[in-house]
Amino acid sequence: MGKIELTKVRKSFGEVDVIPGIDLIIEDGEFVVFVGPSGCGKSTLLRLIAGLEDTTSGTIEIDGKDATNLPPAKRGLAMVFQSYALYPHMTVRKNIAFPLKMAGMDQAEQDKRVERAAKVLNLSNYLDRRPGQLSGGQRQRVAIGRAIVREPAAFLFDEPLSNLDAALRVGMRQEISELHQSLKTTMIYVTHDQVEAMTMADKIVVLNAGRIEQVGAPLELYNFPRNLFVAGFIGSPRMNFIEGAEAAKHNAQTIGIRPEHIAVGDGPWEGVVGLSEHLGSDSFLKVAVDGIGTLTVRAPGEVHAHHGDRIRLAPAGKIHRFDANGLAL
Amino acid sequence: MSTHSSRLAARLMVAPSVALLLVWMIVPLAMTLYYSFRLYRLISPDRTGWTGFTNYVWFFQSPDFWLAMGNTLVLVGGVLVITVTLGILIALLIDQPIKGQGVLRILVIAPFFVMPPVAASILENLFMHPQNGLFAAVSMALGYEPILFLQDYPMSSVIGIVSWEWLPFATLILLTSLQSLSSEQLEAAEMDGAGAFSRLRYIILPHMTRAITVVILIQTIFLLGIFGEIFTTTQGGPGSASTTLPYMIFKQAIAAKDIGRAAAGGIIAVILANIVAYFLMRGLGRNLDN
Ligand SMILES: Nc1ncnc2c1ncn2[C@@H]1O[C@H](COP(=O)(O)OP(=O)(O)O)[C@@H](O)[C@H]1O
Ligand SMILES: [Mg+2]
Repeated sequence: MGKIELTKVRKSFGEVDVIPGIDLIIEDGEFVVFVGPSGCGKSTLLRLIAGLEDTTSGTIEIDGKDATNLPPAKRGLAMVFQSYALYPHMTVRKNIAFPLKMAGMDQAEQDKRVERAAKVLNLSNYLDRRPGQLSGGQRQRVAIGRAIVREPAAFLFDEPLSNLDAALRVGMRQEISELHQSLKTTMIYVTHDQVEAMTMADKIVVLNAGRIEQVGAPLELYNFPRNLFVAGFIGSPRMNFIEGAEAAKHNAQTIGIRPEHIAVGDGPWEGVVGLSEHLGSDSFLKVAVDGIGTLTVRAPGEVHAHHGDRIRLAPAGKIHRFDANGLAL
Repeated sequence: MSTHSSRLAARLMVAPSVALLLVWMIVPLAMTLYYSFRLYRLISPDRTGWTGFTNYVWFFQSPDFWLAMGNTLVLVGGVLVITVTLGILIALLIDQPIKGQGVLRILVIAPFFVMPPVAASILENLFMHPQNGLFAAVSMALGYEPILFLQDYPMSSVIGIVSWEWLPFATLILLTSLQSLSSEQLEAAEMDGAGAFSRLRYIILPHMTRAITVVILIQTIFLLGIFGEIFTTTQGGPGSASTTLPYMIFKQAIAAKDIGRAAAGGIIAVILANIVAYFLMRGLGRNLDN
């Protein structure tokens, strides 16, 4: 069981209010992703939940019980650190068994659980190696193994994939998702990468400067961003924002349109292609549109437009409208 | 650094210092070895000549010799145990984030900069002195007789003095090692349910083995030759109770003015040092490679 409830949780380091006050409910079994730019307080929030930092005020409940002042070990949570934090002088087997040993579990049960975790994570052949003799992906798996043997109420991941290369990252992303599907344990996952957030999450929490900007399912955030920050942060490439006369036509201070919602061909907007990237499956164009500014366009397939060409564009999807305070209309 | 010419160049450039070090080491050693087989007393300089193993035999038959050997090892072992244990504890303590950490660290390191005879005098006269010493004052304040440190506990006193001098060195090396331990590892252990003692036992100490090994090896080298502290305090006494091998050699060379015997003692000390080094390296050497 792993329902986690934060009420008015505040954290300051000296003078600085890193987290000015957060209310959040994480349901049992959910895969929740905290996403936001670097330095917005994601790790701090995760560490507050883990118990590695003390809250300045507010309460944290785990499974309905107040855990605000419990030490980390008593919260029943397991954490996977960005640096993996494996114990370098212990073998993989000992690393994975460490939490069990600390819990005073008997040796036979320890071995059984380690073997089982190693099998799930494809580590059976590496159990007698030291972390120093493993590749990045294998170390990552050991860190996850150390977390799952304890059968915690919830897993906490702090940017676990940021030290891996791109190909491995996609693989591990899927493995973690599959792990969640088979364990059905609550997972809280911190990342600054919105692609990871979109692909893995049941529920995304968008953070900005220690505040929650929006909470919702991935497509909910994509389709109905509540404000300019979320609109700009979710989606890749970034949403185009247009102000001035064009926005006024839609009765808004700012309008936003995603690059994939602009069609190349006939249309009301005309401009010069500045940069064009052709990936085969997609083409990305940066177009300096007369009277509007630069728009990023993502067109499916191959588009024959190159630097210096004049092309016409048309909106072909939802136009998001925002008021003067940046809130969606 | 792996082409033929670069390796050759490297060897050529290292050669002069290697040669110098070799001469530096070999010449005194050879001379000591030479004198150890000679009859050579400064009191009777005309009577010289080869004496075979007489000088060595004198040492081995001297009633003080085995005592001095034992004292030497007790001194080294005692100081190692005290400095490593206390060094770890102090390092753990001053690694905590507190106000005035920088000043505190300098204070902890300071005794290392005091010269050995001065350090010994400070401790002897300001702390251990039966009339003026701090310890005596404390004893009397509590209604006890002052302890006659140098008289009743000569070896323990010397060990205490030498430990006071070497503790900063041990602390410094151990503190550096402690600071290189990633805090995430400790936090991971904390989340894994390890209490303070388990973290020390399973995470911190294993991380520090290398540094502990370095401290033990370096200190052993220096401690085997401890002399000044004994000279300024107990003078090897009472009787021969705190005589170590270096002090015995000194007594032969300076008091008895017998260069031949002193040289033989020197060679015995070299052999002892090598035996100690052999066992240390066998026991601890593998901690050094990664
Ligand atoms: N121990 C600390 N002391 C002081 N400031 C801190 C500490 N930890 C984090 N901060 C500050 O809190 C802010 C949020 O940090 P963090 O939670 O690590 O961000 P994120 O993980 O989102 O990149 C940053 O501005 C950082 O400088
Ligand atoms: Mg972070």
